[in-house]
Amino acid sequence: MATSVRATSGGSPPPAGLRSTLYRLDLKAVPYVFVAPFFLTFAAFGLFPLIYTGWLSLHRVELGGSAQWKGLENYSSLATSEFFWNALANTFTIGVISTVPQLLMALGLAHLLNYKLRGRGFFRVAVLAPYATSIAAATLVFAQLFNTDYGLINTVLGWVGFDPVAWDSSKWPAQIAISTIVTWRWTGYNALIYLAAMQAVPQDLYEAAALDGASRWRQFLSVTIPSIRPTILFTVIVSTIGATQLFGEPMLFGGSVGISGGSGNQFQTLSLLMYEKGWVTGALGQASAIAWVMLLLLLLIGGIQTLITRSNHKRKKSGS
Amino acid sequence: MRTSSSRHGRGRRTAINAVAAVAVMATGTALLTGCGSDGDNGKGDAAGGEQITLRIGTFGSFGYDNTTGAKLYAEYEKAHPNIKIEESNVADGQKYWDTLKLRLSRDSGLADIQALEVGYIAEATGPAMADKWTDLAKTGGGDVGAFLDWKVKQATTADGKVIGLGTDIGPMAICYNKDLFAQAKLPTDRTEVAKLWAGDWAKFIATGETYKKSAPAGTAFHDSASGLFNAVISSQPVQYANAKGELDYENSPGVKKAWDTAVAAAKGELTAKLRQFDEKGTWNAAFKNAKFATVACPSWMTGIIKDQAGPENQGKWDIAAPPVAGNWGGSFLAVPKSGKHAKEAAELAAWLTAPAQHAKVFGVNGNIPSTKDTLTSAAVQDAKLPYFGDTPVGKIYSEAAAGITPAPISRWDGQVKTFLTDNGILDIEQRGTDPAKAWENVKKLVDDKIDQ
Repeated sequence: MATSVRATSGGSPPPAGLRSTLYRLDLKAVPYVFVAPFFLTFAAFGLFPLIYTGWLSLHRVELGGSAQWKGLENYSSLATSEFFWNALANTFTIGVISTVPQLLMALGLAHLLNYKLRGRGFFRVAVLAPYATSIAAATLVFAQLFNTDYGLINTVLGWVGFDPVAWDSSKWPAQIAISTIVTWRWTGYNALIYLAAMQAVPQDLYEAAALDGASRWRQFLSVTIPSIRPTILFTVIVSTIGATQLFGEPMLFGGSVGISGGSGNQFQTLSLLMYEKGWVTGALGQASAIAWVMLLLLLLIGGIQTLITRSNHKRKKSGS
Repeated sequence: MRTSSSRHGRGRRTAINAVAAVAVMATGTALLTGCGSDGDNGKGDAAGGEQITLRIGTFGSFGYDNTTGAKLYAEYEKAHPNIKIEESNVADGQKYWDTLKLRLSRDSGLADIQALEVGYIAEATGPAMADKWTDLAKTGGGDVGAFLDWKVKQATTADGKVIGLGTDIGPMAICYNKDLFAQAKLPTDRTEVAKLWAGDWAKFIATGETYKKSAPAGTAFHDSASGLFNAVISSQPVQYANAKGELDYENSPGVKKAWDTAVAAAKGELTAKLRQFDEKGTWNAAFKNAKFATVACPSWMTGIIKDQAGPENQGKWDIAAPPVAGNWGGSFLAVPKSGKHAKEAAELAAWLTAPAQHAKVFGVNGNIPSTKDTLTSAAVQDAKLPYFGDTPVGKIYSEAAAGITPAPISRWDGQVKTFLTDNGILDIEQRGTDPAKAWENVKKLVDDKIDQ
């Protein structure tokens, strides 16, 4: 750009004032032009929906109708709505019973993959396969497995002598079934992240530990875990965010009553409640309020993460 | 199409549709705004007598198309060489309506003719949408007087505009499995069977008790308590709304009757504890495995039974008159005002819903017509269904149609029905929730989730 300005101005150079203005404009403005596409796209598809949702959440809106001002009523009615608290509690319980075993199993898997073993590449690809499967396909298969009347799991339980479990209509079995799907899909993904972190752990630490007579398990606890602590924290956060937004699995697992999370809302998550409000009963304002509450929840979780990371850093610095 | 099962469409919706459902969610607004919204209908020049394309949006099966239907489009195109008809069909009635609402609100992406299901007709004629539609009593030459009076009334707005012309209606009977009836020592002849419960749903429950006494192991009398609820409420003169068309389900004698009947069936273990149109296919499989002996049966349900029970069960099912006549489902064709060819579209809608075409669709698809003369015509009266052992379906269903007392409907009917059946009755049936508690829960759901 700069050169082209000089070239076109050719024989009679513009006055020094204008030239320096152009030069400064070039220097200051052009970078913004270059990055503009991102920010324009972000404004259109990220910022605008966010603000518009916020505006909607303060109104009573229906598709096709005009909006009426309601102030904070959509939020205050959430506070007294038992369906909201039920959904929040379900989101939390499903989140815990899927995130905790998922991350523990991922740690174990990563530790195993970190050993020198035959066909390591194959196993590494294999653990990622569930993650590459679509939610819809995976959930449909699991919904068939967990089918109360015809499913494989109840058949096997029957062989062992147990009564069939009502996987979709009872609360905890349904939540466990949904968590199983989530765990199945994400364990390998997290394992690969852990594996990457484990490979960055210096080998000398292990050698030193081995010289001191530490067992494999001791090495895992005292060398591996502390070394990859930031990575663990990262996966906890990412999994928590994923769990908060859980939607496809319960929706499809519930089949025809998936949106309401079962006949007694026994596995309705926040996202499902939001979808039900917005699309089934058409209360867009209330749905928007739930969307904002979810955003605030996630910001809160992000804030806690930052705090923990900071205190970790401090501890490390004062420790070393 | 005909079911008013409001949250989910109907019939053979299994794995594939669930995948589609997720696709809808994933693509979100992209689907709602994008698909099928190429709004320019006039492909030719704008001069007189030009070539035009009329688009018609439907859901489920209307039986008009040129491959499996009555080939009505081909016939119309032949008579009107300047018109080409394109149908875009969505399987799921609820998703179709959600999309249509969004498009109506923006006046874009609409087809020239849009089909409307009776469960949403009160919303379509309501204040928010009434002005979006062409008055078909004035435009297009439709003969409003030919339709059943209550059918026209349902599609009439507060200021007297007729926004939809009737396609089919859903008069209801009871389909029953003769094999199971015989094993349970009940009569199998359809007139004898109808006598068991004629006049009162309580007798239907009593028949269920009799069935249970000597029932074959592993079978139930009725398919689902929520289906029974639906059947009973469909036969009631007062349903979810009061005479003014306002939601008043709490004080409705019809809702009470349906609720009590369904609860009695659930508590008495007379049902197979299924959910109709269940996406996992458990309900469908139960037809083939003969898990239940009766199912409430609007004419369109006969097709589902035939498909699900399969050829090996041919002749095992029969149809008997219901305890009380009722209507379950039925649709309309409406013409959005904003279309470029509203006049031509109204003419096509009038033709598609004229008695002659009703008779043709009935012949191919079994949809019970909503025009008075077609109902009494020989074509309908003499119709027989081979799968059901040559049952005189036309006679049974037109008699049921004559006994229908239309109830006032409100904008929230479909939603309240979903709460009552999926969150109330189903909860009692499958999870053993106390009925009083389930009723409280339904009330809370309505208060919380319907933003009146």
